[in-house]
Amino acid sequence: MKKYDVLVIGGGVVGSAIARELSRYQLKIGVLEKNPDVCLEMSARNSAVLHGGFAYEIGTNKAALCVEGCMEFDEVARELDVPFIRTGKVLVGNTPEDMESLKETLRIGKINGAVGLEIIDEKRLKELVPAVEGSFALLSPMSGILDPFQYTIGLAENAVKNGARYHLMREVTGIHREEDGTYKVETSKEDFRTKWVINAAGLGAVKISEMLGITGYKMGGTRGHYIVLDKAVGDLLPMPVYPVPSTTYMGIHVTPTVEGNVTVGPDADRVTDLANYGVEQHNMDYLVEDASTLWPHIHRKDFIRNYAGIQPTWLDREGPMKDFVIEAREDVPNTVNLIGIESPGLTAALPVARRAVQLLVEREKPEMNSNFDPTRKRIQRFAEATPEEQAELIRENPDYGEIICRCESVTKAEVLDAIHNPLGVETMIGMKYRTRSMMGRCQGGYCQMRIAQLLQEEKGLDVTQVLYAREESELFSGRVR
Amino acid sequence: MNTEKKQVVIIGGGPAGLAAAVALHDLGVKDLLIVEREKHLGGILRQCIHDGFGLTRFKESLSGPEYARRFIDEVEKRNISYITETTVIELTEDRIVRAASKKGLLTWQADAVVLSMGCRERTRGALQIPGERPGGVYTAGVAQSYINLYNTMVGKKVVILGSGDIGLIMARRLTLEGAKVEGVYEILPYPSGLERNVEQCLNDFGIPLHLSHTVTKIHGGRRVEGVTISQVDQERNPIPGKETYIPCDTLVLSVGLIPENELSKMAKVELDSRTNGPRVDASYQTSTPGIFAAGNVLHVHDLVDYVSMEAERLAKGVVDHLKGATSKESCIPVLAGEGITYVLPQQIGDDQEPLLSMRVQRPAENIAVVVRQGEKELARLELEEALPAEMIQILLDPEKIKSDQPMEVYVR
Ligand SMILES: Cc1cc2nc3c(=O)[nH]c(=O)nc-3n(C[C@H](O)[C@H](O)[C@H](O)COP(=O)(O)OP(=O)(O)OC[C@H]3O[C@@H](n4cnc5c(N)ncnc54)[C@H](O)[C@@H]3O)c2cc1C
Ligand SMILES: Cc1cc2nc3c(=O)[nH]c(=O)nc-3n(C[C@H](O)[C@H](O)[C@H](O)COP(=O)(O)OP(=O)(O)OC[C@H]3O[C@@H](n4cnc5c(N)ncnc54)[C@H](O)[C@@H]3O)c2cc1C
Repeated sequence: MKKYDVLVIGGGVVGSAIARELSRYQLKIGVLEKNPDVCLEMSARNSAVLHGGFAYEIGTNKAALCVEGCMEFDEVARELDVPFIRTGKVLVGNTPEDMESLKETLRIGKINGAVGLEIIDEKRLKELVPAVEGSFALLSPMSGILDPFQYTIGLAENAVKNGARYHLMREVTGIHREEDGTYKVETSKEDFRTKWVINAAGLGAVKISEMLGITGYKMGGTRGHYIVLDKAVGDLLPMPVYPVPSTTYMGIHVTPTVEGNVTVGPDADRVTDLANYGVEQHNMDYLVEDASTLWPHIHRKDFIRNYAGIQPTWLDREGPMKDFVIEAREDVPNTVNLIGIESPGLTAALPVARRAVQLLVEREKPEMNSNFDPTRKRIQRFAEATPEEQAELIRENPDYGEIICRCESVTKAEVLDAIHNPLGVETMIGMKYRTRSMMGRCQGGYCQMRIAQLLQEEKGLDVTQVLYAREESELFSGRVR
Repeated sequence: MNTEKKQVVIIGGGPAGLAAAVALHDLGVKDLLIVEREKHLGGILRQCIHDGFGLTRFKESLSGPEYARRFIDEVEKRNISYITETTVIELTEDRIVRAASKKGLLTWQADAVVLSMGCRERTRGALQIPGERPGGVYTAGVAQSYINLYNTMVGKKVVILGSGDIGLIMARRLTLEGAKVEGVYEILPYPSGLERNVEQCLNDFGIPLHLSHTVTKIHGGRRVEGVTISQVDQERNPIPGKETYIPCDTLVLSVGLIPENELSKMAKVELDSRTNGPRVDASYQTSTPGIFAAGNVLHVHDLVDYVSMEAERLAKGVVDHLKGATSKESCIPVLAGEGITYVLPQQIGDDQEPLLSMRVQRPAENIAVVVRQGEKELARLELEEALPAEMIQILLDPEKIKSDQPMEVYVR
């Protein structure tokens, strides 16, 4: 049985940020993740916006940790080589009621510590985002956009670099406190023993919490749909454009991605099945209709993909939960329990992780890890290099001369790097998030088979073992005779 | 970085690029280079192991590789230079071509460039089919390449969406390989592939074709478990209550091809919203001087024979350009009128002998396709039967083209 000082349950952005922050100390750290990769749930299915922190209730963890995460993001983006642009963001209004709401948001935002907020007139709005429809807006200059895949993977890889171990495809099914005070953690594949347990299981957090013996939390789900638009329209949207928020929900917005695409969404559909990321026709129609009033450039010919994300909606004994819970209860020793890490959990992941780790450190008092290195490099991208650099890359490694993905100009060298990544995943999605192959307009039509081939060769997989995304998502049924 | 001069760089070594190279060589252009990203020449034909190619060009039924071989042999006989495993990644307006290969980053300054990059398939994302996103959804061309080039079977129980030719051919191929093809579902009231393929690929194998039907949902969180099929009305909207659930492990999409445009766009080549390929004149020159296009990169062809012949015609225009014999401004617009989806070229000069290529919008019988300039009828083609799947061509007599008034092509 593998033994750890700390086991983190859940390898999303929050679990991975925790693993990385823990690795600043001399601890034996394991991460248990049920999927074959670290970003298949919330951390991969969001708006990818670095939020400014103005929309959350005054005095909450959410507000404070969001502002903290927003302001410090340049540093972690640099350390982990995460594509990130502080684009700014506008909430666009038209009516006097909208103006009142925006003034209220401005007031709350200032108290929360969000920096630089101002209400701008139509002229200024059109200067910032010429293609937008609206009369005035609240501008948040510190908001931005980031690559959520690279951020999650970057945190995870950095944690691994500093000594943490990821165990993928290990779904936690039971947790038992032993006589000696340690925990036995049962998974779908094997059991683990650990002194500490940290629950960062996202949509699975209530289940884990109950396994730990902490009851009283309930959770429903809200599914949000998105449409991804071609880079052809990316130039028309320099920053995220949101409608005036309601008290419960941000509204359907249009968001540029760091790669130059545009996403439209999300809506908010109540769901009970938290594992079904299916997309419905009427929701997509509604997205187009609603978002077009803000930004009238959403056309079918530019659709390249759609996806859905599920936000948990949380309840505790008092009713709807408004805040992130980060707790270390004395009655359930050596645990840190995270509940309610919904939006802005991507923005706040690092501050959330620091709080969680602090709770452990106060009690456990571990030594610092003097070898901790906060940096990680993402795979060198051929497409982003200048011709001179490209020539140099090929000279150093001829595999940079072989284009595998035509849409995004991803080379064999990059695909091989992704296959041999520190976490060790064997899925098409894993390649995709690491290299952007299969993300372009042809969605893998050209490169998927080449990548499947390389995966088989490099990992010695049988043709039937190549997975699309999750377990049991085999791509092929066998050989042709 | 080294920049090498070349008279003509041909981007893509499929049937269009090969035929253009041979024709150019025969017209005296020897300083030619074909750049191909695959290991071998031949383009998409390498994976088309069925027969039926060459009936028009060679009056023989060949397989795809056999058809390609004929042109490759001609290229080799003439010692025309080509490089493979080299992908063009950049093309500028002034015809600088940059390519990545294992040997290095290669750059040419060409006097003329021939675009012959072929096309790509429309994807699920473009269709926006609702439902989950499991493994087991393939476009027909990808499934074809897995089976024919990679010896890899994609599934056992298959539904095919769209009745494009590649889908029809894959229905047969999958059946021959032991898979069960539940049916081919087509949103239009008529098949979008060739009649010949409906006959030989579906009817001969007892595979049902369901017209006016589409997939409205994909089920399965990991691997495809089934699809919901809906009947559609005349506006192509699903009819409520007319859904069926079909269990399957694979969905193959054959829903259309789109010209490969990345490089064309870089070179500021104007595109046509109907063909989705470059706008050209009668010599196949695009809006960017010195850049020519033929084959599937220009418009999607049903038969490779027409691809080769188009590329051969293009050669003459390239030679004129190299001689500096810039034909007069191509100033006569050619418009697609009633009943015509698109017509090529979109523009001609009054001294050119244009071959008009076009498609009808819907199946029709006993029609005439008319080419008119002002009051004057330039040509008329009587047809007993016309199908959108089958390209129609009309060669115009330049003597008849007198004015620079727009030309219109329509169905009567
Ligand atoms: C539609 C949508 C839009 C959003 N937009 C934004 C935004 O623009 N900006 C922003 O800051 N935030 C946004 N968020 C919020 C943000 O994405 C989340 O707060 C954040 O990703 C949560 O990270 P996580 O690691 O807690 O969850 P997850 O990424 O879901 O990770 C939890 C992990 O735990 C694993 N797990 C669960 N149960 C078990 C088990 N029993 N055993 C082992 N592993 C288990 C899961 O597989 C998963 O990988 C959005 C969220 C959604 C859904
Ligand atoms: C999947 C599929 C199946 C078909 N089946 C049939 C059939 O059964 N019968 C029939 O008559 N027609 C068929 N066709 C129709 C097709 O029109 C022709 O057969 C023909 O192959 C088109 O020729 P092409 O040269 O224009 O394009 P292609 O054959 O696609 O050739 C284009 C070439 O350009 C290369 N290329 C592209 N971009 C670059 C770049 N940036 N750098 C270097 N090289 C590049 C490609 O690798 C490729 O070799 C099929 C088409 C497809 C897509």
